[in-house]
Amino acid sequence: MSSETLTAVLFVLVVLVTVGITFWASRQTHGATDYYAGGRSFSGVQNGLAISGDYMSAASFLGISGAIALSGYDGFLYSIGFLVAWLVALLLVAELLRNSGRYTMADQLAYRMQQRPVRTAAATSTVVVSIFYLLAQMVGAGALVALLLGVDSETLKALTIVGVGLLMIFYVTVGGMKGTTWVQIVKAVLLMAGTILITVLVLAQFNFNLSELLGAAADNTGKGEAFLNPGLKYGIDMTSKIDFISLSLALVLGTAGLPHILIRFYTVPTAKDARTSVLWAITLIGAFYLMTLALGFGAAALLDTGPESAVATSGGNLASPLLAEAVGGGAGSTGGAVLLALISAVAFATILAVVAGLTLTSASSVAHDLYANVFKKGTASEKDEVRVAKIAAFVIGGIAIALAIPAQKLNIAFLVALAFAVAASANLPSIIYNLFWRKFNTRGATWAIYGGLVTCLVLVASSPVVSGSETALFVNHDWSWFPLSNPGIISIPAGFFFGWLGTVTSNEPEAAAAYTELEVRSLTGAGAEGVVTTH
Amino acid sequence: MGVTGPIPLEVKPVSDTNHQQPHQTSGHAIYEELSATDDFKELRTRYRAFAIPWTVAFLVWYLLYVVLSIFATDFMSIRLVGNINVALVFGLLQFASTFLIAWLYSRHAGKALDPLARRLELRYNQEVGR
Repeated sequence: MSSETLTAVLFVLVVLVTVGITFWASRQTHGATDYYAGGRSFSGVQNGLAISGDYMSAASFLGISGAIALSGYDGFLYSIGFLVAWLVALLLVAELLRNSGRYTMADQLAYRMQQRPVRTAAATSTVVVSIFYLLAQMVGAGALVALLLGVDSETLKALTIVGVGLLMIFYVTVGGMKGTTWVQIVKAVLLMAGTILITVLVLAQFNFNLSELLGAAADNTGKGEAFLNPGLKYGIDMTSKIDFISLSLALVLGTAGLPHILIRFYTVPTAKDARTSVLWAITLIGAFYLMTLALGFGAAALLDTGPESAVATSGGNLASPLLAEAVGGGAGSTGGAVLLALISAVAFATILAVVAGLTLTSASSVAHDLYANVFKKGTASEKDEVRVAKIAAFVIGGIAIALAIPAQKLNIAFLVALAFAVAASANLPSIIYNLFWRKFNTRGATWAIYGGLVTCLVLVASSPVVSGSETALFVNHDWSWFPLSNPGIISIPAGFFFGWLGTVTSNEPEAAAAYTELEVRSLTGAGAEGVVTTH
Repeated sequence: MGVTGPIPLEVKPVSDTNHQQPHQTSGHAIYEELSATDDFKELRTRYRAFAIPWTVAFLVWYLLYVVLSIFATDFMSIRLVGNINVALVFGLLQFASTFLIAWLYSRHAGKALDPLARRLELRYNQEVGR
């Protein structure tokens, strides 16, 4: 059986297993808490796995190892920001949020502020962040499937995007949070197992000696020692250096503002379980990123990564799958074909799990924040709310499909970095202020969210990514004036500044008075939403 | 379910027309009461005394690493053992420090925060009844 056939068979298997899980989960889902938060019945370990499954996207699995394979040490810098970011979530956000919200990111703001303006703002930024992130995953899925099945056709790419879109709509509408969580748990286990296997096989070729592996990578790429030193990718000039600092800020501060990560904290019964889940997530994600070192340098050492190679022309995305083929015995061997197919299927499962989480997050926010609380002013029944969430999943899935097809020329890593930048600029300031600043109020929250969001989007639209460079979205136009492609260094402080400005220019004693209740509840769990048992 | 608690006791009826949307707080007097206890003040102090300095510390440590990686490439390129250079060791130390701080926090929370939080929550449950 050829590698392509085996890959196709395993892809179908992944789809069948996840569809099975979703049907099973749908029978366990009864009310709104089941649908949005999996009945808050997941254990810390389960949620830790699911968080890892939600977080380690194709951009991590394929992107980081590919970046290391092509740019050496500089590729590794990405993963450190992605990991350290979890300390912000652990120390400042996870437990407090678990105690003060119910289903969406907006809940903890609405707890002490005027619901309609803050929910509208938070739902807007939730949908924007999730759409950017979704686009990255779907564009990645299209490219990946075409490359792995060895068919480079625009039709196949578009069909893959549509197929992935329909699957994610199915997971979310039928399985809700329970189905999505189990898909993410299964994916996390598969991803860790696949990564451990390849890492061991790579290291075995170098006698489990890291120095030997690095030396071979430096030699094989022909770049020598520079490959192991920082600066190959980001050290070109002052602009690229500042751009990198800007990116690093967005990575380290963005995680704790990603809506699809935040709502995972609602799926456990207590704040202590939320803490346990983050500890598990840090362990798994940290171990995973350490292994990407072996994958990335392994690919550099064992594969052809020259400018014409498959690794380079795929932007590094094929480094991991091709490395699996190489350590399995090389192209044409049975071992190589099996490992290539396995790792490709793992990458496919990864994409499916992440897009499901993102769609659920946006659909929940549209239904719970916009429909139930802004539009219906809290009079909608639970049943109605869940029905609207399912309709919203269809609409958001449809929008994502429609945008992803023309967005295929956008760089995946850029889209993910942009989602992190928006999360850090628009969401994190309001979350931190709300939990730690008594005087913070409705105007502060809306200004923080809209201010951070608009600053971020305007800067990106004015950057060389969109116009005025050879790789821009609009090659033939140039309206760019902002030199960096990562807006974080300006837009994150802007979010905090607007939040402060809005707060000090308005007076809302009710919000300050209600802070006492928020503070007690967030730190003690007194009155927090508990497990819901509906059987 | 949280949203529809009893009529607020503390929060005065809002007359301003801009503030027509209700806040979601329950308005239970118990929260003011708990907030004034020594247990709660101690819990807040212990939480903040850990979380805030450590957050500042790991952010500074991370930014130091980022800035050195980009502006002090000569220093970061010094070889230590074989092909292992300062940059790689520094990067691995970021992993180590992340694991360490996470472990320290979970130990601190288990010992110093959870017992107090549990006591306050029990008091809430007794007085409000669930």
